[in-house]
Amino acid sequence: MHKIRFIAQKELYHILRDFRSLIIIFVMPIMMTFLYGYAINMDIEHIPLAVVDRDQTEDSRAFIERFYASNYFFPPGEQANFFDPQHLLRGGHAAAVLIIRPGFSEALRGGRPYELGLQIDGSEVSQAGAVVAYANALLSQFLRDKMLAPGAIMPGVTISQQVMYNPDLQSSHFFVPGIVAVILLMISALLTSITIAREKETGTMEQLLTAPVTPAQILIGKLIPYIIIAFLDGLLVLAFAKVLFAVPFVGSFWLLIALEMIYVATALSIGILISTLVPTQQLAMQFALLITMLPSIMLSGFIFAVKNMPIPLQVVSKIVPATYFLDIVRGIMLKGSGIEILAPQAGSLLILMVIFLTIAVRRFNTRIG
Amino acid sequence: MSYLSVTSLSKSYGKITALSDFSLTVNKGEIFALVGPDGAGKTTLIRLLCRLISEDAGEVTVGGLDIKRDFEQIKSLLGYMPQVFSLYPDLSVEENLTFYAGIYGLTGQAYRQKRDYLFEFSKLGPFAGRRASALSGGMKQKLALSCALIHDPKILILDEPTTGVDPLSRRQFWEILLELRRQGTTILVSTPYMDEVARADRACFIFNGRKLSEGTPVALAAQFEGSIYYLDELPTTELVHRLNSLEGITARRFGAGMHIYVKPGESIERYHAALSSVGVAGTRLLTIQPQLEDRFIQLMEMVS
Repeated sequence: MHKIRFIAQKELYHILRDFRSLIIIFVMPIMMTFLYGYAINMDIEHIPLAVVDRDQTEDSRAFIERFYASNYFFPPGEQANFFDPQHLLRGGHAAAVLIIRPGFSEALRGGRPYELGLQIDGSEVSQAGAVVAYANALLSQFLRDKMLAPGAIMPGVTISQQVMYNPDLQSSHFFVPGIVAVILLMISALLTSITIAREKETGTMEQLLTAPVTPAQILIGKLIPYIIIAFLDGLLVLAFAKVLFAVPFVGSFWLLIALEMIYVATALSIGILISTLVPTQQLAMQFALLITMLPSIMLSGFIFAVKNMPIPLQVVSKIVPATYFLDIVRGIMLKGSGIEILAPQAGSLLILMVIFLTIAVRRFNTRIG
Repeated sequence: MSYLSVTSLSKSYGKITALSDFSLTVNKGEIFALVGPDGAGKTTLIRLLCRLISEDAGEVTVGGLDIKRDFEQIKSLLGYMPQVFSLYPDLSVEENLTFYAGIYGLTGQAYRQKRDYLFEFSKLGPFAGRRASALSGGMKQKLALSCALIHDPKILILDEPTTGVDPLSRRQFWEILLELRRQGTTILVSTPYMDEVARADRACFIFNGRKLSEGTPVALAAQFEGSIYYLDELPTTELVHRLNSLEGITARRFGAGMHIYVKPGESIERYHAALSSVGVAGTRLLTIQPQLEDRFIQLMEMVS
């Protein structure tokens, strides 16, 4: 135990005195939150919206006029095909198609239930969320204006939205928690990936290996300061994301930070594992970025819902820690989920951590060269 | 009484044989010098002894313990100083010491006593707060030695500790080694410097992964075959070349002069005529005792 403390303390000195680590720790996460956050939430106005008007009444034309009069939508250059409204979506010429079936005008007057169709290109995720929100807002505004007398019953017109290509989409708030998961994974793995390689490069490994310390003591000693640092980093990213992107926070703050601690420890273990396998710091950093960035963005559910992936990729997503932390952050921040719901995710992260560390200890080479 | 015993140790890297059938005994409380040119196998041997690389064949025991079976026990008996400076450059002198003390389990009052002792010994006390990266070469080596000594090892293994260190620091470093030997520490040290070998109790010449010869420095030098003369004349390339072109004579630069070698059983008088033909008066040659370097060069030439 004493030995682990000395290793942890020494590692902390390295971190605090290494300009590069400090940049990774403090500048990178803020920069990445900023970039990712804005790239995803960028300028959601002037959305190309195609309309198929099968009602062909004054009301339907007035309704369409509302859409195009707003800043949000404009008509695409090409007219929507009456029989195949989706072809504009497929070609990327329109972000959404509004379909007004016959009966719209009657519904407005007669108050019969009626559904407008809205097909949305789900591959432009944040834009798709905005389309839904804007369309609903414009509709309710239109309906209010159409109410003939105060106290009259609001016509039962609703929008039946159909998100194409990405049915799981809920809202753009979905993304910011995802950013937190991806950034924490990358930063954490990056931080620890160089720790063993650095000892190999400076030659200090030779002296460590002739000292009475076990691989487990070395690796755990190195892990401890990083858990604290990555944990603080997580708080920083969360706070930054929350303030900058005004993401709701419904659930328990304490539960989130407890699980965040487990998550960063798991992510750091990946870095430790890489570190034991790779001879140089340069290679370690590249490797860490490669194996954390793509899987955590592509396979974790950050952009594409896991349950829509082919089975082999779903299996891979199970060893990507971000998959579990996405559920955790989204669950706690957006849905207010408690530990009774998130226990499987927390458990999975712990199991992954133990697996990564066990392999690292086993693979730790007590020989040089 | 032997403390470190190496039997038939071999190590190859692919087709390159780094060490071949190497045996060695280092007695308790002696300074044993391992001497040879770069690439001779000194570092390979030392790394094998410290279990940093795995041997292809052979046995090593330290204090009667088998290195393969009991290395965890041997660790606390062993102090190792690698060839390249291997302390943490971003840690201060004292932080490096504290760290190594800590991983050897030395803390609190016991640590502070040991630290003060090592500071006195190495004269590093005034630099306790300085980053290791900002130390001079000699001070770095003294710090590395202090770290290797923090747990009172019974045997100290040093890989070219004085290479690239200024002469004064080298001398101070060896004063420390001699003091350690007085206290009973067994020391195995590799070096390319013959003057250092002369201060060791025993030494062995190593070349191309093989042991060429072993013994006390005096005995090793005395194994020289033939006679040596010193010529106090500036060793210009031309003069060395001319001398070497004479049948039966070998000339080599040595400091500001030259060593002239003749084969066993021959005397220099035979060559006076030849010498004067290249402009050297035979009477200017002084008979001298062979030195370690003379013998070592002779051995290297015999095997290659």
